[in-house]
Order: sequence, then structure tokens, then C-alpha cells
Amino acid sequence: MIARIQVPATAKRGEVISIRVAIQHPMETGFRFDVNGRAVPKNVINSLIVRYNDAEIFRAEMGSGVAANPSLQFFTLARDSGELVFQWVDDAGQRGEERVQLAVTGP
Amino acid sequence: MPNRRNFLAWCAGVWGMSAGLARAQADPLAALVRDLTGGARLSAGRVSIDTPRLADNGHSVPLKVSVDNPMTAANHVRSITLLSPRNPRPLIAKFVLGPHAGRAEVSTRVRLNGSQIVLAIAELSDGSFWSGSAEVEVTESACLDAG
Amino acid sequence: MIRRFLQAGVVALLLMQSVALAATSPRSGITYAGADVRALQADDFANPGMLWVARGEKLWSTPAGRNNKACASCHQEAASSMKGVAARYPRIDTATGKVINIEGRINTCRERNQAADPLQYESEELLALTAYVAHQSRGMPVAVVADAANRPHLERGREIYYRRQGQMNLACVNCHEQNAGRKLLAETISEGHGNAYPAYRLEWQATGSLHRRLRACYFGVRAVMPAFGSDELLDLELYLARRATGLTVETPGVRR
Repeated sequence: MIARIQVPATAKRGEVISIRVAIQHPMETGFRFDVNGRAVPKNVINSLIVRYNDAEIFRAEMGSGVAANPSLQFFTLARDSGELVFQWVDDAGQRGEERVQLAVTGP
Repeated sequence: MPNRRNFLAWCAGVWGMSAGLARAQADPLAALVRDLTGGARLSAGRVSIDTPRLADNGHSVPLKVSVDNPMTAANHVRSITLLSPRNPRPLIAKFVLGPHAGRAEVSTRVRLNGSQIVLAIAELSDGSFWSGSAEVEVTESACLDAG
Repeated sequence: MIRRFLQAGVVALLLMQSVALAATSPRSGITYAGADVRALQADDFANPGMLWVARGEKLWSTPAGRNNKACASCHQEAASSMKGVAARYPRIDTATGKVINIEGRINTCRERNQAADPLQYESEELLALTAYVAHQSRGMPVAVVADAANRPHLERGREIYYRRQGQMNLACVNCHEQNAGRKLLAETISEGHGNAYPAYRLEWQATGSLHRRLRACYFGVRAVMPAFGSDELLDLELYLARRATGLTVETPGVRR
């Protein structure tokens, strides 16, 4: 699964930073039929968890109402330098993971 | 043999049934909201949804939900839930936040099965629930695909 | 139901608006799009087509075929080697004398140089690689030049463009020149340029090729859809590229 993550490379301590995630996924609703008339089973990324230095900072529980190739933007407080870990899983059990480094400066 | 009196009673029965049906249809989210709040009071306000009044396509409608909240340890948004009264699965998504979010705002793109009023419910750290809504008219490209 | 409604809409539109509008300088399809679609295309992170470009970038340096060579093994950095290439396509393949587009060039390269099976038209891999290659020309002017070799194909593409067809008996020109800028239901009819393809369409919920978009038009006028990569669609693609002179490559575009 191709995913793109946007996090500023550096931030000041205490700054609220924007985080954007985009994942290539059809987010199959389960209500569609293929060209041969067979129902396409529901398969959506049902969970995305974001951890910042091991502490969960954001979680999305999603259903078929989230658009294909899901995109999310949310915010977090820059506390310490470290790693942001993005993990997600779809109904078929396929998992994805991305890691991004964040450098926090200032007192 | 039907007479006038039992015909009227039948009409009253049908009217009663259809009124009940209309009530159920008027708020298809009632059960979901009850599950979410655990029966706690849901107040209108503090939550705003930013989405185009006229969406280009129901497959992908941009939607930003924000809550008027300081996001401190003592007072923050625990979660934001997006609900659709017209989607086959009304629960669009639930976002779990916390005081570390700094800002109670999440943006995404959603599927909307036709024009409707989308609802967002925020659960605060004090256990209160707040809601906001937005009306979206869903349009479609005139040029459909071969499928 | 929707289709019948559409059909009625097209007929009504043509009855009401028989006056032809002459196109002056070409206008990209993005200028007809609403604020949301324009913002999506303009923002390289939000643009969902960039997911296909990102996948193409990975495939570019992934070895394939019996020769165990990647695109990058010969062409190195796509940012320099592929810059401007899509702006000059489709071209005439010197080996076969046939029209070849980016998809065809990628597959030819796979067969001749990588000893790999060609990728299926509209497969995720071919879309990703095509989007990645075309993206390297983004912002560059479309520069397909008419010459002796491509002239017969340009002529044939032009014929297809002006040929009435399908149950609605409509040619490309009827909508995309004579009625460009006018409304078809909730749609503003564009001039029908292909300079943003492969593009992400909200209707598709995915990135698709120009041939997919053209086939959707054939479907729209209830004509028999030519196969992906067929001579008919290649000639039409060539004519459209020539016709788009004055526009720049936008890949990956976003459309409704």
C-alpha cells in the first residue's frame, strides 16, 4: 500500500503541528459489483493509529463512508524530538506502516 | 362485511403506523447517537463542520470538523464522530483525540449517498456531548463512466 | 433512469443551443472545474493522483523481467531523462511505424529491453508508471508537431473527432467545441483536452488513463467503445494532443 505522510521536519516545542496522511486504498463499500456481476466484498481501512514516541496521539476508526484513497489531516503538540509511527489495517487484514522523524527545537 | 365504523378504525391504524414510520425515518441516527452518548444529553453547539454546500460528487466530499475547545489536560475533546442520515452505514468515522492534539480539528473526505444533513458529535473530557451539522447538496458529473 | 435522463438532457441541450461557439485559445479542463477540484489538483499532497505518481516512482527503480533491469537502469533519474517526454507524445514508433503513447512506450521498453511481459492497459502498475513519467513534464507546453510520418494518423484522429456516432449521433466536436463552457445537467462541458491524463476522477475514485476517459465519452453517446490502446483511440489521442497546443501538461490532473 502506497502512503504519503506530511509532517514538518522541524517544529518548536509547544507548537501545534499539522499532520496529513494519504493512503492508496479503494475503500470498497461492499455495495459494488464487478464487470461480471459479482459483488465486491467490503474492504476498507478500518483503523489508523498514530503514535508519537510510543504514545497514541490520534486514532481513526473508519467505515465505508470514508472516501476512496483516504486522506486525513489532524494536529498534535510538538513535545520532544522523536518518531511518529503510522499504522493501519484493512478488513482483509492487510497492514501498512510508515515512520517519520520530527526534530523539536527550543526550550 | 366492512362497515363505516371499522373502515375509520382501519384508517386510524394505518395513519398511526405511517406516523411511526415517518418518525423513525426522520431520525435514522437516533439509535447510533444513543449508543454513542450512553443516553447522556446531547447539546447543540461548539462543533462546526466545514464542507461545500454543493458537493461535486458524492464519492468524495471534503469535510473539516472542528470543536471550540482549549484542548488542555483538564478540558479537551476525547473523540469526534461523523454520522450520515442517508448512508447505508450511517457511522462514517470516529476520530479519537486527546489533550496532546493541541487543536480539536480533523479534515477528511467522505462518501455521501445523496443530499443530506451531516452530523458531527464531540465527546468532551467532562463527559458532555456536543453536536454540529452541515447541509450538503450532492451533485454528480453528467459524464458517467462505462462502469 | 439517470442514463435516460442524461440522454434527454443531451438532446434538449443540442436542440436549444444550435449556435456554434468558435474556440479561440484552448482552455484546460481544470478551468471549468469547481473550487474543490481545482484546490485538489493544485495541492500536491491533497491531489490523490500523486499516490499513483508515488507508486510509479517506486516501480521506476524496481527491476522487472528476465534481464533484471529497472527503468532506472537505463534512464537513471526520471526527473531529467523523462522531462518533456510526455509533452511530445504520442509519437510514431520508428520500429513499427505505428502511433505509440506513453503506455505503449513503457510496454515496448519492457518487452524489448527488460524482457518482461507487457503490463495490462489500465492496470495499477501501468497507470502508476505512466503517471510518473508524464508528471516529469508537468508545466511544460504540449508540443506534438505534425510531420510527414504522423500526418495520416493526425488526419484520421481529426476524422474521428468530427465523426458523428452512437445512438445519440454525436461527435466530439458537438460537445467539446460547439458547446464548451455550457451546462450539461450539473456539468460544465470542457473543451475535452487530454493534457491532465492520467488523471484522478472523483467519479472513478481512482486514477485512470486518457483512453478510459475517451471510452467513457463513447459510452456517453452510446457508441461502440474501442479497445484500450486500439489504433482508433491512439489516433484520437494524437489529434487531441496536437489540438491541445498552447496548454501545459498537468499530470496528475483531478477531474470531477
